[in-house]
Amino acid sequence: MRIGLFVPCYVDAFEPEVGIATLELLERFGLDVHYPYDQTCCGQPMTNTGCHAEAAATEALFVKNFAPFDYIVAPSGSCVHQVREHLTAIPQTDEVKAVRAKTYELVEFLHDVLQVAEFPWAEFPHKVGYHNNCNALRGIHHGRPSELNAPYYSKPLDLLAKVKGIEIVTASRPDECCGFGGTFSVFEPAVSAKMGYDKVADHSQAGAEYVVSADSSCMMHQKGCAARIGVPLKFIHIARILNGATA
Amino acid sequence: MTNADQSGLREPAAESDRGQDGRPLQHAEAATQPVAVKAPREAQPRGAKIRGDRPIDQAEAAERFLAAPLHQKAHDARLWDLRSKRDTAAFGIPEWEELRELASQIKTHTLANLDRYLLEFEANAKANGVHVHWAADGADHNRIVHGILKDHGAKTLIKSKSMLTEECGFRHYMAGTGIEVIETDLGERIQQLDNEEPSHVVVPAVHKTRLDVAEVFAKTMGTDPENDDVHYLAESQRMHTRPLILNADAGMTGCNFAIAETGTVVTCTNEGNADLSGNVPKLQIHSIGIEKLIPKIEHLGVFIRLLSRSALGSPITQYTSHFRAPRDGTEMHMVLVDNGRSERLGMEEFWTSLKCIRCGACMNTCPVYRRSGGLSYGATYSGPIGLIIDPTFNKRKYSTLPFSSTMNGSCTNVCPVKINIHEQIFAWRKVLAEEHQIPLLKQGMMKAAGQVLSRPATYRAAIGAADSALKVLPRFAVYNPLNTWGKGREMPDSPRQTFHSWYKQNRMKKDGAR
Amino acid sequence: MSAREDTLARIAQNRPKGDHALPVVPNFAPLVGDDLEAEFGERLKRMGGRIAVPVPGEDPFAAVRERLDGAAVIASAVPEISGNRDLAQVARPQDLADVDVAIVRAVFGVAETGSVLFTQRELQVNAVAYLAQHLVVLLDPADILVNIQAAYRRADFAQAAYAVLHTGPSATADIEGVLIHGAQGVRSLTVILCPRGTTENATA
Repeated sequence: MRIGLFVPCYVDAFEPEVGIATLELLERFGLDVHYPYDQTCCGQPMTNTGCHAEAAATEALFVKNFAPFDYIVAPSGSCVHQVREHLTAIPQTDEVKAVRAKTYELVEFLHDVLQVAEFPWAEFPHKVGYHNNCNALRGIHHGRPSELNAPYYSKPLDLLAKVKGIEIVTASRPDECCGFGGTFSVFEPAVSAKMGYDKVADHSQAGAEYVVSADSSCMMHQKGCAARIGVPLKFIHIARILNGATA
Repeated sequence: MTNADQSGLREPAAESDRGQDGRPLQHAEAATQPVAVKAPREAQPRGAKIRGDRPIDQAEAAERFLAAPLHQKAHDARLWDLRSKRDTAAFGIPEWEELRELASQIKTHTLANLDRYLLEFEANAKANGVHVHWAADGADHNRIVHGILKDHGAKTLIKSKSMLTEECGFRHYMAGTGIEVIETDLGERIQQLDNEEPSHVVVPAVHKTRLDVAEVFAKTMGTDPENDDVHYLAESQRMHTRPLILNADAGMTGCNFAIAETGTVVTCTNEGNADLSGNVPKLQIHSIGIEKLIPKIEHLGVFIRLLSRSALGSPITQYTSHFRAPRDGTEMHMVLVDNGRSERLGMEEFWTSLKCIRCGACMNTCPVYRRSGGLSYGATYSGPIGLIIDPTFNKRKYSTLPFSSTMNGSCTNVCPVKINIHEQIFAWRKVLAEEHQIPLLKQGMMKAAGQVLSRPATYRAAIGAADSALKVLPRFAVYNPLNTWGKGREMPDSPRQTFHSWYKQNRMKKDGAR
Repeated sequence: MSAREDTLARIAQNRPKGDHALPVVPNFAPLVGDDLEAEFGERLKRMGGRIAVPVPGEDPFAAVRERLDGAAVIASAVPEISGNRDLAQVARPQDLADVDVAIVRAVFGVAETGSVLFTQRELQVNAVAYLAQHLVVLLDPADILVNIQAAYRRADFAQAAYAVLHTGPSATADIEGVLIHGAQGVRSLTVILCPRGTTENATA
């Protein structure tokens, strides 16, 4: 099984260890993982701002980079949502459609495709609040959102339950948006930051030492908010925990 | 000051009326655990600045709202409480999601056959002895209603809350006619007396504290400015409004549902003021948005079960009123208002917003709305549903609104008629960008980003061998000359190397082919 | 073109394409248990109303007797009790502004919500249900329907000029979410479970 590893641009730049953990974790399962060296971005900053024409060349580059693989895996629900639902600025050839359909977020790839039963190497003896990225939760269905009267499930929490020593604590508003919102965070900074303050305060009140998420972007925002108002939370991507990080 | 402890913090749970068994009630228009507001007072933040057709600066108004933390906190807590009550109510019904789907399909069917259902409604209403009018737009509506009032020599009009009449600017129009309009919903009355628009479709004064209301009532009704007891304020309003109701020449309501098969107008209210408006004066007028049609009475068995549960978490509003024909010796008029709706029906990506039943659930759940206040949107409809409806009225003025969202999708999930609100917000952004209704600066930034991100070499060069640019700003902010990230947040740490260079260093030596 | 023709023409032109059939609404299971009286009463209480179950052979109005005794003006629309304001003689709704207590019989009740239905026939003057300070409602336990869906299958809505479901009294929470009864309409609503035509005429 040839896997194309997509490392979103902010992971590349700010949390390279998340990319490394994703690569190593996939390799633990004996997969043939490739990192197409010319990759940049999924096009989301432009399309989310309405600028689809401006995203077209970036989307075409993404497809060109990832077309050869059986699966494309990325440690980001948000970017995968963009690829699967919104990579539409270029003509929808069979190749484009195929790339979109076989692009998976790491958690769902582990949960649904590999159906991983255990992570024997993983141990995380800490109280953890899980943060659902909104695109991961409501866009690619990582779990049941709190609004819906439907059976409960959570793919990331299923995976974390296989990690030794971990204790999950639940915030009072478990899937309220943290206010990152991509370019929203720079175009509407006051509301964005306030949402972040409220989010990290909620995690903290629930007793979390760590906030864990499948999306580095939300955590980068929350980390900046927590630091600004002095909430002593630590942040770690789920890929790192599943790959055996202990702190 | 009542019910306040020594710190000035109120014990609000003690203030609400209790049930027969002494337990707190799980219903009504808002929180059963009202939010306590601390003295000293804080000036009420006002809404967006309106400058003709110039784009609304929602972010600016939201920032002022956030600068009033007592108001903001109370606002957020109250609306979250409504969202929580909505969840409890929705989860109490096993078929909840099926009801939403049915409601959505009934609306789809009705809107797809709207001309037929409007004609059926009109014919039945006429047969019931009702005078039916058609208004092309808001101005037309106002002229028609004014004409009816003039014909009857009416000098005063009592009305219940109607977002449609807000949309038509009815009160503002009537101000110049010599006919007095009296809002009789408490929240709407507060807003009228304060010369402010409603900030929420269900709870119009939700952005105000009791102190704000006490100030408005003291100025306009002569109540004791020092007494901000909520019971005193509500009772003062009742006593003040009662004679106006009794002496009114005409009454007016909006419409939640219009039933084609019977010509009935249905209103869903809690205070009883719509029924006073419809049953006391000799002349009654009902303003109806044409999208309010549903085929049959039996369909209320779907919509009524959804509406108040979505809005307030109560199983039904205190009053669900069905006005079909005039009382003996009185006249009943119905005004069917288009005002852009038939046009919107033809917008492939946006017509389903016509399904909206104005429950406000999307506003209550919206994290941006709860932290901005409804008036920050500078439009009749605020919050998520406003973001997708407002641009249909004025694309330039409301061009900014679809960007006042994180597109988190919670709105879509609570919508009782399953409007894909957050997807329409996304779609509006595309339309607005294509039609150059977004700021040049923003579009320019995105063009630059697109050019860099589509060229690997340029991209790598832009972030530099040592990733120097990224030491300062998040990636997307690299293209953002506004540098707003650091205003409310700390910058992310800058790692020693990117994943890209790590990979080159650690993996490509071993496997040059990669 | 008139507004009417203009709107209709634009709808005909713009309406969503495709066959969008009207869905068949299934009969949903009642959300309430078999004891409809108890279910109705519990839900009415949660909506701020009061419920009274008279003891057989005793004063059916015992629960509101104190209120009736203290009332100056009582308007009764039921044979079970006579008031001192004859609704049949009321020329204008405004003439009911001084009513302290109004007594009416409900067409039916709804267990799912604790609602009662009135039409202009029961109210005689519609406004009495809003202008009175307090409302007392007689409801035959045999007239309690399971749910809202069942209610809307009744013919009353299509036949009555005015039909209204009351669920508890007038309520508002428009100021800081503090729940207050008697915003504009009645300050209290008490439902007395009382079969039709079995109670002797009592005096208020």
